[in-house]
Amino acid sequence: MEKILEVKGLEKQFLLHILNDKKILALNDIHLTLHRGEMIGLVGKSGSGKSTLMKCLYRTYLASAGQIVFFSDSLGPIDLIQADDHSILQLRKKEITYCAQFLSVIPRVSAVDVVAAGLYGRALPDGDSAQAAARSLLARLELAPDLWDAYPATFSGGEQQRVNVAKALIANPRLLLIDEPTASLDQKTKDIVIDLILELKAQGAAVLVISHDAYTLDRLCDRQIELKNGKIESPIYP
Amino acid sequence: MSATQTVKPWQLKVQGLTKIYGAYNERSVQLTGPKYDTNICPETNSIVACADIDFELFPGEVLGIVGESGSGKSTIVKQLYFDLENTAGAAFLAKYGEGDINILRESNAKKRFIRNQLMGMVYQNPREGLNFLFSSGGNIAEKLLMAGEFHVGKIRQRASTLLERTEVPTARMDDSPNHFSGGMQQRVQIAKAIANNPPILFLDEVTTGLDVSVQAKVLDMIRELQRDLHISMLVVSHDLSVIRMLTDRTLVMKNGRIVERGLTDQILQDPQHAYTQLLVSSLL
Amino acid sequence: MIEAKKFQRSYNYAFIDEATKKEIRRKLLKAVCIPGYQVPYSSPEMPIARGWGTGGLHITLAIIGREDVLKVIDQGSDASVNACNLRDFIQSTAECAVTFDALEASIIQTRHRITEERLRADQIMVFQVPLPEPLRDVEPYEKKTREMHAEMDYAKMWVSLYEAYVQYGALMDGAGYPVMVNGRYIMSPSPIPRWDVPNLHDSDCIYLFGAGREKRLYAIPPHTQVQPLEFEDVRFHIERFLGTPCAHTGEELAFLDELYNDQGEKSHVINDSNYLDKLQAGEVVFQHINPYLTQIKDERNANR
Repeated sequence: MEKILEVKGLEKQFLLHILNDKKILALNDIHLTLHRGEMIGLVGKSGSGKSTLMKCLYRTYLASAGQIVFFSDSLGPIDLIQADDHSILQLRKKEITYCAQFLSVIPRVSAVDVVAAGLYGRALPDGDSAQAAARSLLARLELAPDLWDAYPATFSGGEQQRVNVAKALIANPRLLLIDEPTASLDQKTKDIVIDLILELKAQGAAVLVISHDAYTLDRLCDRQIELKNGKIESPIYP
Repeated sequence: MSATQTVKPWQLKVQGLTKIYGAYNERSVQLTGPKYDTNICPETNSIVACADIDFELFPGEVLGIVGESGSGKSTIVKQLYFDLENTAGAAFLAKYGEGDINILRESNAKKRFIRNQLMGMVYQNPREGLNFLFSSGGNIAEKLLMAGEFHVGKIRQRASTLLERTEVPTARMDDSPNHFSGGMQQRVQIAKAIANNPPILFLDEVTTGLDVSVQAKVLDMIRELQRDLHISMLVVSHDLSVIRMLTDRTLVMKNGRIVERGLTDQILQDPQHAYTQLLVSSLL
Repeated sequence: MIEAKKFQRSYNYAFIDEATKKEIRRKLLKAVCIPGYQVPYSSPEMPIARGWGTGGLHITLAIIGREDVLKVIDQGSDASVNACNLRDFIQSTAECAVTFDALEASIIQTRHRITEERLRADQIMVFQVPLPEPLRDVEPYEKKTREMHAEMDYAKMWVSLYEAYVQYGALMDGAGYPVMVNGRYIMSPSPIPRWDVPNLHDSDCIYLFGAGREKRLYAIPPHTQVQPLEFEDVRFHIERFLGTPCAHTGEELAFLDELYNDQGEKSHVINDSNYLDKLQAGEVVFQHINPYLTQIKDERNANR
């Protein structure tokens, strides 16, 4: 299987100048390899560093040490820690997608536009428009049609989560980083989301998923990694 | 075709841009900056508004420059738009002379060409960007005329399309912006700035001072325009929420220097420099 | 030296002293070398007030000689008060001949009109100009207008024409239509009617412009390109008098004055008094030929 991501010796330390230079070691000595079509689950207690790890991979956090080698289609093997901002932006547009735990609400953008924005910068299938693709995905996720043109700021948690997931999935990324995709969803919607992610996986995408939900992890992951206090406790194989 | 011709990856490249007011000496830049928490040179009393500014702006990207008063952020944009003469440094445009010519040293006639066809500028104060003696359509016409369009019918067509796009009622195309609301004046400025489809747009504190609801409308419009026209933008603001909403990358400035640069989400969620951490934590 | 009868004081020939005449002539040379460019000059004191033709007077007195034949017109008329006063003054100080005949004169000083007849290469027309700066309405600062001319940055001028069209439906109705000279400078031709503007283009004679109050001289040498400012789809046009012929001669193809008598009845009369006299005397006239006039001629012939 083709490697898509290789993490070596990743370390993240926060240096908080405004708290008198307080240091917080959030991640220590993380190793991880991900292949095309593979899905790894990240598990661990709250505060163990799962989201931190994901944000480091997406470059929202600047790792303090180590390597994150992404085997890119357009740029070849590239260390995401050392890469310049412009390259990261290109990768984010075309190859890597991150779905945060909660929808980051941008004011006055309708649900459809939020989802369609996930396609910004990518080639669209013939005869389709970003809007149409967004609508059909929202329909699939069973978001009520009269909410499609409304602003997500006032949606319920579950409704927001559907928009959040749709935005991440619509663009068919090569590497998907997804944080708690099924939290606040009812069973039926959980299954729809899981199916969508599995479809993505079948198309060759690599997925790293954080979840507390055993059912979700069971259905999705090839293997799991447990984090404890910022270190890998043990890889868990199903 | 020269064998050494390469297409530049960036749209705008700025190198060592420096602006000093007053008589300065060779230590003026060294003795000022965030380390000393001042812009004023202790030896000569000259003011180092900005110094050693390097950055690149890529096609279709939005770069934010954030900082407080005196940080030098507006000074950068003013120099790039030729409102201020720089003291040192260079700027290059990919679409001008293949990116090999320092635009800050060009003749006035060439600067006018660059300003008119390759750049758009939206000022904080609409009175700087618009001529209130002309109608809103006339302000847009000025740009089109300077680009060589001398057909009144076509000018009016284009002006009305632009005003529609920026949600200014075309019925007011022949009215002076004098009696428009602040938000509408800004939108006319935006329409004028993009009239000649420039590859780069400068936005200098464009929503500062506007009512919150009006701010929202203007920001939304800028975001939509950027998405539809793929213009590269340089957004100057002291407001981190504007930066968050509009930009892909950000430069953080203090006392005329860049103290941190990075992806906008990284700057906001994992700021490294002490000053950036202070700014981010000051968000209400 | 001329002995002035009234005060027994001696004046230099043509009133102005030789040093000042030299300065004016040098400035005129510069003006001729840069068609349409406003040259600042000394504008010396004259025995008439500013705003009454001192600029034109400066030029005429600097270039006139005893062999010259002088004609002075004011809005086309040789007989108006101001024209008479100027003519008497110049004649007495320059000791030259005077005439009403446009083709006989060697120097014609004019206020706000070009002669209906086309001048030859050996003739000079001197204009009295009130406001030489065509950009003044759009830019009040002299420093800025000078920069605009130097850099050929005429955007504001064009926008003001656009605005005039949008507001009033016409580029400019009145007198003093701005022109582009030699493809380089925008110039105010003084408040001549639109009828006269095409006659500045490709002339045989030389046109000199003097603004005494504003202290500027400018010139259009012979055979210079002079184009009225216009848009691709909104063009310059001259006045039309078809259907309102001159009451005395029946002429429709000349610039006519609109007159009202005490009963309120309207009539039209040819404005250029010398041209009117010649037509009434049945003399041969040599009118300007320009495409705008030709177009009206064709129209008139088509309607007959």
